[in-house]
Amino acid sequence: MSKRLIDLQHITKSFGGQTVLDDLSLYIRENEFLTLLGPSGCGKTTTLRIIGGFETPDSGNVIFDGKNITSLAPNERQLNTVFQKYALFPHMSIAENIAFGLKIKKKSKAYIDDKINYALKLVNLEGFGKRSVDSLSGGQQQRIAIARAIVNEPKVLLLDEPLGALDLKLRQDMQYELIRLKNELGITFIYVTHDQEEALTMSDTIVVMNQGYIQQIGTPEDIYNEPTNAFVADFIGESNIIDGIMLKDRLVQVLGVDFPCVDEGFGNHKPVDVVIRPEDVELVPPESGMLEGDVISLIFKGVHWEIEVLANGYEWLVQTTQMHPVGSHVGIRVSPFNIQIMNKPESSDEQAVEPDV
Amino acid sequence: MVKKSAERIYLSLIFLFLYLPIVVLIVLSFNDSKTKVQWGGFTLKWYRNLFSSSSIMEAFWTTIFLALASALLATLLGTLAALGIDAMKKRNQAIMIGATNIPLLNADIVTGLSLMLLFVRFTRLGMGTVLIAHITFNIPYVILNILPKLKQSNRTTYEAALDLGATPLYAFFKIIWPQIRPGVFSGFLMAMTMSLDDFSVTYFTKGAGINTLSTMIYTEMRKGIRPEMYALSTILFLLALILLLFMNFGPSARKGKEER
Repeated sequence: MSKRLIDLQHITKSFGGQTVLDDLSLYIRENEFLTLLGPSGCGKTTTLRIIGGFETPDSGNVIFDGKNITSLAPNERQLNTVFQKYALFPHMSIAENIAFGLKIKKKSKAYIDDKINYALKLVNLEGFGKRSVDSLSGGQQQRIAIARAIVNEPKVLLLDEPLGALDLKLRQDMQYELIRLKNELGITFIYVTHDQEEALTMSDTIVVMNQGYIQQIGTPEDIYNEPTNAFVADFIGESNIIDGIMLKDRLVQVLGVDFPCVDEGFGNHKPVDVVIRPEDVELVPPESGMLEGDVISLIFKGVHWEIEVLANGYEWLVQTTQMHPVGSHVGIRVSPFNIQIMNKPESSDEQAVEPDV
Repeated sequence: MVKKSAERIYLSLIFLFLYLPIVVLIVLSFNDSKTKVQWGGFTLKWYRNLFSSSSIMEAFWTTIFLALASALLATLLGTLAALGIDAMKKRNQAIMIGATNIPLLNADIVTGLSLMLLFVRFTRLGMGTVLIAHITFNIPYVILNILPKLKQSNRTTYEAALDLGATPLYAFFKIIWPQIRPGVFSGFLMAMTMSLDDFSVTYFTKGAGINTLSTMIYTEMRKGIRPEMYALSTILFLLALILLLFMNFGPSARKGKEER
């Protein structure tokens, strides 16, 4: 595996007595696309700003390429940021915006011109150099902001919810654009977002954060399929999270019904959280289900139907391509490998908190 | 139709009340007759008298000096203050803006009197004290002109400049300054207008022997009405008018519109 480029060691940061980050440790490898994902106020932007040098941690160290840069000013760090609101300089042309960092480094005019053309080509905005910032759309402005950052050849590009202000279609296009850029440039991306779909699409590694704590670090597949706690399960996609009792290895009791599963090692008769993704709930004729219930709501979502089924006192969220009208009596079945068992949170730190959406 | 003409009449009345007195004053300043009620033909006599009077010319230059010096210093201090206020937290910001606005709302005569009481405790009244007084009441105007520009300028552009390798000073002059310059400029002009116009504060803080145009007009008028004072008032009005026009149609105003 490639080497560790950035090492955050025991970072703590509070604002006005409120702790935003509590003893956070995290490393980022070279050429990684790492996403900090979490609800607003989880500390993800603060983490990014500490890496960028805009905030100083109360305690802990930021190690960059083997050097301690904790107290280094932003202008002395070898990384560049793409800000949420683009932060282009309104009184300068596009070309002047892109040249800003290079002029400070006293590069030659020919070099700067070359770089401007290269960067504009890279973000598909060739020939835009002479235009004013105002004449560009939001998506174009964001691409210029990226161009302005990458001409400085940073080792790491920090992106703070860069697509947050764009509409859905443009956001999806830009996601592919960013993946392409990352591959062409071969540099490390640290990306902050609250959008789980964005994180799943682009990242090599996702760091799920809540209330200043890292909840889980893993690949998109890990995070989606094997969430470590109810918060992650709930934040990444939709889930049925139900109280259950682990009767013994490979058998869990949920809502009074015994479900075979594939998890082991939780002990006998232990209370657990059971996570079942809506697309993993199968609706079958009542007599062949593991439990029976009634359809109480039906919403058409395009690709699938979203159905709520009241069964044994719990409202199951189900996604299926089969339509079941409201009021119909159905059976519910879940395959053993689609049941995810999680320990109940033991401390308040781990406590799952409803994401504020 | 009726509504339209009613609107017109109403508007004309307002403008009549606003500007008729000034027009009368200007007309009288060219009137070749000592009485106010009779038109005795056009003359520039009063202006000639004005410019040959050394005390009036001295008052004129004092006024110009005060206006320029106080506006310059107030702009410098006000700009720094605005930058500081903008960097504060929301709550402190509200407190500071409130505090700087109090001198704006305070009756001029109260400001003048209290400044005088403070000054006489430590020093003698003179040019220095009027200057300080003018700077004091000018600063809020400067701050009020710059703060909205700073709000508009989006603080992340400053951070973006640092991020691209700029030192804080370089980032300020390259990024923040161009964005607030129109506000600084209009703040300066407004401060100059306020200083030109001021009577009460100047009257209380100037000390003996110093006169600005407005205090000059006041003292002369007490001795008896002289047509020269109409001419002087006309000049004072025109000075303020020129500044006002410059503020609204000058280079910085036009630039501000283009940016939008």
